[in-house]
Amino acid sequence: MESRISAASKRGSTGMVKSKTNKIVDLLVAFICLIAVVVCLFPILNVAATSLSAELAIINRQVFIWPVGLTLDAYKSVFADKSMVRSLLLTVVLTLVSAGFSMLMTILCAYPLSQKKFVGRGFFNTVVIVTMYFNAGIIPDYLNIKRLGLLDSFWSLVLPLGISVFNMIILKSFFQGIPDSLQESAELDGASHWTILFKIYLPLSTSALATLTLFYAVGRWNGFQDVRTYISSPALYTIQFKLYQIVNNLSSLDANMEGVAATANLAKESMKSASIMFATIPILIVYPWIQKYFVSGVTVGAVKG
Amino acid sequence: MQAQATKAKPAKPKQPGTSEAARKWKTIKSNYILYIMILFPLIFFILFKYRPMTNIVIAFKDYNMFNKTVWESPWADDLFKYFKMAFGSADFLRALRNTIVLNFLDLLVGFPFPIILAILLNEVAFKRFKRFTQTIVYMPNFLSWIIISGIAMQIFAPENGIINILLSRMGMNTIPFLSDPVLWVCTYILLGIWQSAGYNAIVYLAAITGINSELYEAAEVDGAGRFRKIWHVTLPGIRPTIVVMLILNLGRILNISFDRPYAMGNYMVRQYSDVISTYVYRVGIESQQFSLATAVGLFQSLVCVIFLIAANAISERLGERGIW
Repeated sequence: MESRISAASKRGSTGMVKSKTNKIVDLLVAFICLIAVVVCLFPILNVAATSLSAELAIINRQVFIWPVGLTLDAYKSVFADKSMVRSLLLTVVLTLVSAGFSMLMTILCAYPLSQKKFVGRGFFNTVVIVTMYFNAGIIPDYLNIKRLGLLDSFWSLVLPLGISVFNMIILKSFFQGIPDSLQESAELDGASHWTILFKIYLPLSTSALATLTLFYAVGRWNGFQDVRTYISSPALYTIQFKLYQIVNNLSSLDANMEGVAATANLAKESMKSASIMFATIPILIVYPWIQKYFVSGVTVGAVKG
Repeated sequence: MQAQATKAKPAKPKQPGTSEAARKWKTIKSNYILYIMILFPLIFFILFKYRPMTNIVIAFKDYNMFNKTVWESPWADDLFKYFKMAFGSADFLRALRNTIVLNFLDLLVGFPFPIILAILLNEVAFKRFKRFTQTIVYMPNFLSWIIISGIAMQIFAPENGIINILLSRMGMNTIPFLSDPVLWVCTYILLGIWQSAGYNAIVYLAAITGINSELYEAAEVDGAGRFRKIWHVTLPGIRPTIVVMLILNLGRILNISFDRPYAMGNYMVRQYSDVISTYVYRVGIESQQFSLATAVGLFQSLVCVIFLIAANAISERLGERGIW
């Protein structure tokens, strides 16, 4: 009988009385979730706090998750470094161009593959899917970029990323979910495929388009391996590459401070933290927007891919 | 071609054989825009996906970038010279071992976390708290490994890292998380869980949502409590998903990202942090031994494809059977 009541109360939720054990379990579940939240946030908060703290507090090991002796000095040093600011601008432009190019290509690939009237769809589908299973490898890719004359160029970080087959499949499934009747009535009105794509398909898939654009943008923003492999001139170092150099002490962000031995070394810690935040904050700003949509994307991908 | 199409047109109602082809041709003609569209992606796939594949031949050639092109280079005296060279090199064997060990540990230790998290999230009674938790635990997935390893170097630093500060306040010794090889492996695995457990829970959450709610009601009628419902309804309900994810992950056992071990690794832990991807980068790009690096890359790609196809076949077969 008691279990019946608890069962009913669980389904009926809000106003009803819950059994005592159920309440305890609810709190326990919430508590464990809270631990997960803390574990996820703690490292980022600590780095953020360090980046905003005074040198003395860092030396005295006082910084926890709240800045001690609040100061923006570390950020000022980062922004004073011209190569860092240039790298940020470059990465922003690169990310926009890359996401735009990738979206264009992905749409141009997904739309025909979603059309029943596309004779040869199976063939083109295979051509695309094969590349998801087998890739040439780092060295053949590198030699290809070199042979195309793209080595150490802006476009070597844009063109090879073109289409992510995974993302394309997500968009294709989305397109396939659009009712045929819409397209048929447009065709009766004499609409071409361009019209159908721009007037029907794209307006109806804004959420998918937004998600994929952000997927591409985040991927480009976070990308490292291709910069490491293809790029040699400092003018083309992306923010991730700069960050890699800074946290591994490969470049002297504070060249003018190097004379000041011990303190400079510790100040470096706050500057490293500031650099990490520098590369992280844009993601944290964009993230809530993606979060709204990506769940459906992931599940579609898991089913179809 | 056009003439052929018009000629076939009148025959359409009479001869089904030719009308089939004619109709196909007519469909192609009236939908030619689709072919113009696909042309651009096709050029992309040919230039950046298929064209590089032709460079794979250098795994069987004595390729030297400076004097000859890929095609002009002479074939290696023994076609499999570079594969034999790789398997005779302690460095490569170490990278192979590390790849398998790190991936296997990732799977062994990390695999249960997303499942547990999904079940927990499903049990959260307060909707808004559930959404909040989801938002936070998915987030690390969107940080690059460069950022994560930067964060790790800060919080695990032996002197000023927050973790060691807390440990020393509790009267414990500092722990060299990133410079002791064995501890480095632990940190590597833990950060992997930190980054992806939340995000990977999405698939299981979706599977839980798909469970028929009548099953829960029936269990309630039978007097099952929450734990029994998890054990007898939720877990069996997501078992096919668990099995598929497990098999797919096993299929990727030789597939390792470059960024994660490269960004986290340092010279003190090289014996465990050097994996196939970083080995190929070091041998190929840094030491310019292109043929050897390509041979290693080809070996890896082929094993990956075989494993993936096998994994897909197995999971498809299990998927057909559904819930056991």
